[in-house]
Amino acid sequence: MSLQSQDIIRRSATNAFTPAPRARDHQAEVAKLIDVSICIGCKACQVACNEWNDLRDEVGHNVGVYDNPADLTPDTWTLMRFDEHQDENGKLEWLIRKDGCMHCADPGCLKACPQPGAIIQYANGIVDFQSEHCIGCGYCVAGCPFDVPRISKKDNKAYKCTLCVDRVTVGQEPACVKTCPTGAINFGSKADMLVQAEERVSELQGRGFAGAGIYDPQAVGGTHVFYVLQHADKPQLYHKLNPDPRISSAIEGWKGWLKPVAAAAFFATLAGTVFHYIGVGPNEVEEDEKETQV
Amino acid sequence: MALGRRQFFKLCTAGAAAATSVSLGFAPAVANASQSRQYKLLRAKETRNNCTYCSVGCGILMYSLGDGAKNAKARIFHIEGDPDHPVSRGSLCPKGAGLVDYIHSEQRLLYPEYRAPGSDTWQRISWDHAIERIARLMKDDRDANFIEKNAKGVTVNRWLSTGMLCSSAASSETGSLDQRFTRALGILGTDSQARVCHAPTVSALAPTFGRGAMTNNWVDIKNANVVLIMGGNPAEAHPVGFKWVIEAKIRNGAKVIVVDPRFNRSASVADLYSPIRAGSDITFLMGVVNYLISHDRIQHEYVRAYTNASLIVRSDYSFDDGLFSGYDAGTRRYDRSSWAYELDEQGFAKRDMSLSHPRCVYNLLKQHVSRYTPERVNELCGTPKDDFLQICEILASTSAPDKTATFLYALGWTHHTTGAQMIRGSGMIQLLLGNIGMAGGGVNALRGHSNIQGYTDLGLLSQRLPGYMNLPSDNQTSVETYLKETTPSAQLPGQVNYYQHTPKFFISLMKSLWGDQATRENNWGFDWLPKWDDSYDVLNYSNRMYEGKVNGYIAQGFNPIAAFPDKNKAAEALAKLKFLVIIDPLATETSSFWQNHGESNDVDPAAIQTEVFRLPSSCFAEENGSIVNSSRWLQWHWAGAAPPGEAWHDGKILGHLFMKLRELYRREGGVCPEPVLNMAWDYKNPYDPEPEEVAKESNGYALADLHDDKGNLVLRKGQLLDNFAQLRDDGSTACFNWVFAGSWTEAGNQMARRDNADSGLGCTPGWAWAWPQNRRILYNRASADPQGKAWDPKRQIIAWDGSRWAGSDVPDYPVTAAPGSDVNPFIMLPEGVGRLFSVGAMNDGPFPEHYEPIESPLVSNPLHPNVSKSPTARLYESDRARMGSREEFPYVATTYSITELFRHWTKHSRLNAIIQPEQFIEIGEVLAKEKGIVQGDLVRVTTKRGYIKAKAVVTKRVQRLEVAGQMVDTIGIPCHWGFEGATRKGFLANTLTPGVGDSNTNTPEYKAFLVNVEKA
Repeated sequence: MSLQSQDIIRRSATNAFTPAPRARDHQAEVAKLIDVSICIGCKACQVACNEWNDLRDEVGHNVGVYDNPADLTPDTWTLMRFDEHQDENGKLEWLIRKDGCMHCADPGCLKACPQPGAIIQYANGIVDFQSEHCIGCGYCVAGCPFDVPRISKKDNKAYKCTLCVDRVTVGQEPACVKTCPTGAINFGSKADMLVQAEERVSELQGRGFAGAGIYDPQAVGGTHVFYVLQHADKPQLYHKLNPDPRISSAIEGWKGWLKPVAAAAFFATLAGTVFHYIGVGPNEVEEDEKETQV
Repeated sequence: MALGRRQFFKLCTAGAAAATSVSLGFAPAVANASQSRQYKLLRAKETRNNCTYCSVGCGILMYSLGDGAKNAKARIFHIEGDPDHPVSRGSLCPKGAGLVDYIHSEQRLLYPEYRAPGSDTWQRISWDHAIERIARLMKDDRDANFIEKNAKGVTVNRWLSTGMLCSSAASSETGSLDQRFTRALGILGTDSQARVCHAPTVSALAPTFGRGAMTNNWVDIKNANVVLIMGGNPAEAHPVGFKWVIEAKIRNGAKVIVVDPRFNRSASVADLYSPIRAGSDITFLMGVVNYLISHDRIQHEYVRAYTNASLIVRSDYSFDDGLFSGYDAGTRRYDRSSWAYELDEQGFAKRDMSLSHPRCVYNLLKQHVSRYTPERVNELCGTPKDDFLQICEILASTSAPDKTATFLYALGWTHHTTGAQMIRGSGMIQLLLGNIGMAGGGVNALRGHSNIQGYTDLGLLSQRLPGYMNLPSDNQTSVETYLKETTPSAQLPGQVNYYQHTPKFFISLMKSLWGDQATRENNWGFDWLPKWDDSYDVLNYSNRMYEGKVNGYIAQGFNPIAAFPDKNKAAEALAKLKFLVIIDPLATETSSFWQNHGESNDVDPAAIQTEVFRLPSSCFAEENGSIVNSSRWLQWHWAGAAPPGEAWHDGKILGHLFMKLRELYRREGGVCPEPVLNMAWDYKNPYDPEPEEVAKESNGYALADLHDDKGNLVLRKGQLLDNFAQLRDDGSTACFNWVFAGSWTEAGNQMARRDNADSGLGCTPGWAWAWPQNRRILYNRASADPQGKAWDPKRQIIAWDGSRWAGSDVPDYPVTAAPGSDVNPFIMLPEGVGRLFSVGAMNDGPFPEHYEPIESPLVSNPLHPNVSKSPTARLYESDRARMGSREEFPYVATTYSITELFRHWTKHSRLNAIIQPEQFIEIGEVLAKEKGIVQGDLVRVTTKRGYIKAKAVVTKRVQRLEVAGQMVDTIGIPCHWGFEGATRKGFLANTLTPGVGDSNTNTPEYKAFLVNVEKA
């Protein structure tokens, strides 16, 4: 079984009738499990990501919080989000979530992208941006239910986490996973990661976190980056993590059910034109038109 | 071309049709296939090394350009964790993960530079010129100011007007050369970062257990049932070591407790967090002792057999109104003779195993701590009483023989005037609970820099020699007196008392220092060692400098104006020097202390007459050598590239300087040339000693054929020693650092070993080499009861097999001493048992006592208002004048490190600058609101000594506490930014901290002082 697949199963703006490679189908999906309950927010993952991917963001400012840079950028593909939360009993929690691409099974970015091959999905689940094809239209930004892709001002192209596809391809774990000091980030087959996540959830429940659970939103087909949360019942505590992420209905419509309808309408119009030409003949150009040409 | 209406429509329709067909997926096949980024490490050269920042000592893999071919110039372009490393297992924290940007920092020094007196610019100079000029300045100063004899006519051979700071991030091999270089010249003003860091650890743990080091090791933390994090914050300062706290928590069901003035990242994953006022920890710890004793929650059998609870103390010992017996208010010192055991006719301590004697240690302790009630803890610490009792109960649960607690601490305890006693307090609790020598137990000092343990082992402190021996004082006028005073005799019958071998360690050191020149006739060269009359620690030496008594200073991998307290005073002191030599890979603030950097360093270069030399050195990635991590592991590392530009290895710099000085003394003569000429410096190339030959010297050699007492040949002349048991006091062995004996034997470099097999409980004896004798858990004989049965069968470390002790770890005990023998497990102490009462070992008392910080928010100490503050802390007049009052500076401040940055070092790394770009302080929500400060505001924090400006992080994580009837707010001050580096310019946080130190070690009180804060 292979987890390193380079087989591309989906490609932006490409006819779904063109089949993806299928012969090498003894392949498994990969996943990155982020256990928020043991994350210390050290940002090693941020640095390892920047280092591996040769990214150097600006040296910014402190704006009164630990989050630095203040937001994801074309040069910051993963970012620690810090939230101080005091529960009803006054118990303080410092909730720290690693933000970045979730590698959705049903990726809104890929759906929205109008440029053929600019966004692809591999058989192992990794969703990757192919910068040389990107036209910087920003549709992927609109298509993402997690607000992840960012357009670079330097080259007008979209960037985000690649799940270190270059490392995974040769059998290594992503840079952030390897470096994580506490083991809060894990990597393996999605099946194995789900088992591990379940174990973590029951351990947390045993420690009194009744709301502990897995965040693997099904509305986007599940994700290849998913969380264990102490309070899975309140994901919005973790820097407004979306409790119900969905691909926007405009994208769903345009690239989903509207697409065959549009195709049908298009063919109908084309057929009508042809039939009109055969049956009725070309429209005649009238005199007044010619006159106006002078 | 003109377009008709119809043509226009046609064109539009065709265009729309094409666009639609493309968007529907009818596009032609794209010529270039999609491709992800190429994997960049294939066939790049991989070199193994260790992270240079903290004392976890993570393994790293450095990838450099080229496959090692001679014609390819290696350049390191990527670093990631070494998955084979037993501690780090492939992980790196944000600092380690960003190492490549330190190696290639824009602030790396590339060639020697010179700043002339009064000048405002650097000028590039050659190495020859630099070495020539520095050697000349040093020799002239030494010849003019060297003291051969003191007023009493005793030979002291010391040079006080020039000092040297040594780097605790350099390799041990560099450290060995530092020790030779400074002592040969007679320098006493020498210190390493250990002074501003963990010196109190040695002062506290050595008298308590026998050795001043972390008792267990990083991986062993996983075996704990309870993890108490207090006086430290490993999630931020040692993130990869913290891996094993998480492991204990999620795999061993451990409870993790954090007690800290601030809810920090360690607290973010703890089961229980409780606040404490900075500087009040002794109250808390003695409160725990009181709880354990008064609730009878101690490990009785352990306490009776393995501690000095049963030993009887002299009748003239007393404690009254804040003072122990023997206090002299004039000298602010104690006569410690009453803090001793009552001895029997043979000179052994009297003992009452029933613990009923009123003056047995246990009863004295019980009485001493009875004042530390939960109410008192709440009153002085501000810790809620319920939290405190809950923590006591959790800790008490580990008094069961099959439960252990581990204590993790670092600078949160060392940085107080009472720092060493805080650490003592934790050691006492662990002894009472029976948690020392146990897997998953211990008092675990989490050391700071990557090789600060090594620099401590090498004795790079003003009054030390390698292997925890003291440099002789000028009262020790002969080698006999010195050895008599430093060699202890056993205080209970039958004890190992390993320090009885001190003469072997010392004479072997002298043979290593002076080679053939050290003979019995010349007392092994005893006269050539400088003799001290005072502690020339950094506070003392900086004060001397401030008073104009120092002319020259060398700072090697040390940034004193950032690291010393009271930066403004430290900078004024530097300005009084005639010359300053910086040896560093990076452009430090100290090197440019004479430059005006606006508000953060507002000086007039023209007024500063100091000559400054800036010499570029290699960094860890460019050298071979060893560093010692907090677990005492000596790990060997390899260079992945050559030093950049004209940078030299530290050894090469010292070699050139020393050879030049020697040449000058040979040519011109001068004052006391003997130690300079006689210091052994017998390297293949004395201008550039190889780390390998220095490492072997540390291990030591047989200088003659060695035979055992039965006449069997043990080692031939010239062979490397196997261990320190082979050392002799007759000059037939040479050993630079006896605790390192065994690190490089005839079997090869033991530090380079890489077998990570687990021998049990996470012990990896085949990985690297640990001092002493490759033991991984110190005092491990105490893991079994006196009859040899493991207290907890699941935690058996060693067992008696009928003839010997053996197990997963090397026994820290005579392997043939049978169970039931009198031999006690703490073999380095003369009584062999752990000390609840530290006898005369500490300057400020045999039991810890709470004293307020020198700058205290309280009117007085409610325990004893007449003696509110440490009666023994040294305070110079110039510093006293710079202390603020509680009226003027109403808030408690504490400085600390945060995860993203390492001291004043990683700010030079772009990758780290990105994730924490700008200076900030932390302030609680209540105070911020009162002061009108909102998140992100620029604020000004002031002390009597100066001010800093920083952004405000307003947080729930710093609370207002009620202490002794008043409200106390805390300001948190991360200590990382400055006026050099890749981050935004900032202020050195040590502008604020006070120039006063721990009573035992003079490690500065960085953790508790008074400030004011205002919106800037």
